[in-house]
Amino acid sequence: MSMIDPAEVFRQEAADLIETLEQALLDLQQRPDDREIVGLAFRALHTLKGSGAMFGFTAVSDFIHEFETAFDRVRKGEATADRSLIAAALDARDHVSALIEDPDADPERGHAILAALKAAVEGGEIAGEAPVAETPLEMGEPLAEPAATSAWHIRFKLPADALTLGTNPLLLLDEMRDLGPCEVTAITEAVPALDRLEPEECHITWDVQLMAAVERDVIDDVFLFVRDDMVLSIEPLTAGEAISAHKAEAEAPAAASAGPDKAPASAAPAAPEATAQTVPAPAAPAASPVVKLVEAPAKAAPRTERNATLRVPAERLDELMDRVGELVIAQARLSQLAETLKDSALVNVAEEIERLTSSLRDTTMGTRMVPIGTLFGRFRRLVHDLSEELGKPIAFVPEGEDTELDKTVIEQLADPLVHLIRNAIDHGLERPEGRASAGKPETGTMRLSAQHRGAEVAITVSDDGRGLDAARIRARAEEAGLIAPGQQLSSDELNRMIFEPGFSTASEVTALSGRGVGMDVVKRTIDGLRGSIDVETQAGKGTTVTLRLPLTLAIIDGLLVQVGDSRYTIPLGAVEECVELDARTEADARGRSFLNLRGDLVPYLSLRDLFDVTGETGPHQKIVVVSAGSMRVGLVVDQIIGNNQTVIKQLSRLHSGIKTFSGATILGDGTVALILDVLNLVSTGQKREERGRMERLGRAA
Amino acid sequence: MSEIAKEKDMQALTIGLQDELIALEAVRVREILDPVPITAVPHAGEFVGGLINVRGNVVPLADLRVMFGMERAAMNGDTRIVVMEIDIDDEPVMVGVLAEKVRDVADIEAGSIEDAPKVGMRWPAEFVRGIGRRGEDFIIIPDLERIFAAGTEQAAA
Repeated sequence: MSMIDPAEVFRQEAADLIETLEQALLDLQQRPDDREIVGLAFRALHTLKGSGAMFGFTAVSDFIHEFETAFDRVRKGEATADRSLIAAALDARDHVSALIEDPDADPERGHAILAALKAAVEGGEIAGEAPVAETPLEMGEPLAEPAATSAWHIRFKLPADALTLGTNPLLLLDEMRDLGPCEVTAITEAVPALDRLEPEECHITWDVQLMAAVERDVIDDVFLFVRDDMVLSIEPLTAGEAISAHKAEAEAPAAASAGPDKAPASAAPAAPEATAQTVPAPAAPAASPVVKLVEAPAKAAPRTERNATLRVPAERLDELMDRVGELVIAQARLSQLAETLKDSALVNVAEEIERLTSSLRDTTMGTRMVPIGTLFGRFRRLVHDLSEELGKPIAFVPEGEDTELDKTVIEQLADPLVHLIRNAIDHGLERPEGRASAGKPETGTMRLSAQHRGAEVAITVSDDGRGLDAARIRARAEEAGLIAPGQQLSSDELNRMIFEPGFSTASEVTALSGRGVGMDVVKRTIDGLRGSIDVETQAGKGTTVTLRLPLTLAIIDGLLVQVGDSRYTIPLGAVEECVELDARTEADARGRSFLNLRGDLVPYLSLRDLFDVTGETGPHQKIVVVSAGSMRVGLVVDQIIGNNQTVIKQLSRLHSGIKTFSGATILGDGTVALILDVLNLVSTGQKREERGRMERLGRAA
Repeated sequence: MSEIAKEKDMQALTIGLQDELIALEAVRVREILDPVPITAVPHAGEFVGGLINVRGNVVPLADLRVMFGMERAAMNGDTRIVVMEIDIDDEPVMVGVLAEKVRDVADIEAGSIEDAPKVGMRWPAEFVRGIGRRGEDFIIIPDLERIFAAGTEQAAA
């Protein structure tokens, strides 16, 4: 094992926490009263502070301490999470990221942010007194208990694995003792017999009577970080009930035989210094001590998930994928060998291994699949910031966040999506005045969605803005020399011009976009991922950009076909069906290459023609019908060999100019087969046909 | 590869293409293979028109004879594939280079390397880094970076 840099560990952890914090802050903007979210943000902050200090990131933890202090007032209900506060908090979050990168980053900015944060908190305050309040105030809270009591009955049980995970119940008890005199009883009835006792598991329930007039929240805070899986009840205590309740429980376990009143809880591992000096005045007769058990797991998603997942360096997954790729190739060789030798025992083993390999492949690929929501989360912030900056109110609507994609694809998608979103917000969406006069709601909508479509994932970025201006695009494209003046272009081709390098129709260059860089990055990245881009636009209604991407870059199922002497793989996801090309169809065609497929006209291309293969065609050519974008196209091949698992190897830079193939793969016999890029293949075929037609026309003329 | 050719002695693997001797820088050579099945890449042009499997990696196969305008004789028992690393756009790329015959590994002294003459050569001068001499023989030291850069453009076109 290599040494792991602790600072790196912190950075990773911090990245997650900052992400949680950011999401919580953004959620909070929509639901400022949601205490759950406030709690989530606060916990993230607190953990960041703690681990920052632990790993020596003092600048970070100092800054967060101030941040936390301010934010604490929101949590206490003393300040509302309004726009200015969220904005300041988001700035603070950015500063935390900066500090993690560089502890000396811009202290002035830090002060300014904290000042803004403080101002926002004070501004939102209900009662204008009390500076940075450390002590709990007596003011009422949204969820406050009926009235402050002078004593509390607290009962908690930690999850069985709490000790293993580093929770120390003694510290919790100590913390409660700091609040006031406590009487602690350990209830040990759930502890199994010695022979079945797992010493690392925690089975004790603690029963605490806290004689202190504190706010309920203060007690809640004690359990802030262990809360998720524990059973916790906190009830106000009346004197009489306190003792009887306590007595009943204390006497149940054999160990606790002490008297009811001054009972040091000797059974508890805690130090028994708890002496109940005063049994204070009764309060709140209405509040009968109904035991309300807070069972958390259902709602405490983040923490439980953390326990169930494992952090693995990405390279290790890549390595695993490589090995599986090699295994798949070796397995193909084995299968081929078994077939040649016709030894039934060997064939059995080969089939078994084939089955195992393919399930191993699926599992391995599964480990690389990441929900795209992780990526979408980042854009909420982007949209929020842009909306503030440009003064355009925008509703951000993410859809299909749980759609999974290969992690490498997701990583590379970040940049293109940023460009698309920026562009849509900056150029697509109108200002509120403009929208109002166009009869649209003032708030623009930015929709980002992901969904599976066969072997592809479609990601759409759509806005309800003004749409693309065809005339302007044409003018700009002509000006930039991308098209000849007056050149005939379909609207599709014209729309695609916006992805050409150096193209921008924005009359003014803003800080965000308009410089003409960016959109070509989108195209380049998507091409690199073997994906495609579609643009749909409607004047005045909006623009939708659809990115279509392959599910994975590593291994696909393919259909192996023979054309001339060469074999090619067609991604199975694109294949719809295979039909015979009978002589009649061919004779009928007479220059028209159409196939009548149950009433539908399907054009077809001959791969022989396309790849300039010479020699005799076999008597029984087949047509593989594939879906290419929105249309179906038949590909004529000599022979269909069968399905195979295809480990995709990228073509080298020497062949990067060739678009008809998306890669190559190694077959069972060790030869290389090219993988067809169906979409590009079809468009190449169309171009060739067009050229052929032009030539014929030229000759005729 | 840059300036090594003229400043230092060069250890080279010499291969035969038609009746010429070509020097390939020995440190870049990874292995020498017997002929393997070659997969033709449609539309890729003749220079790197094929792909081969080198230990599970898909490697493009280049034929220098195309760029030197030489006649392309069919493969025979002497044909070998020299697998080597070439920088293309400053990134190392593994390629196979077809050799009609692999001769030997030879040291070419720096002093014996001369610039390619501008006239009197059958091959494009920009593809030749220099001409070395060994005894009576002339050895062509090709500028592989340039050749491959030009070949890539050709393939993309």
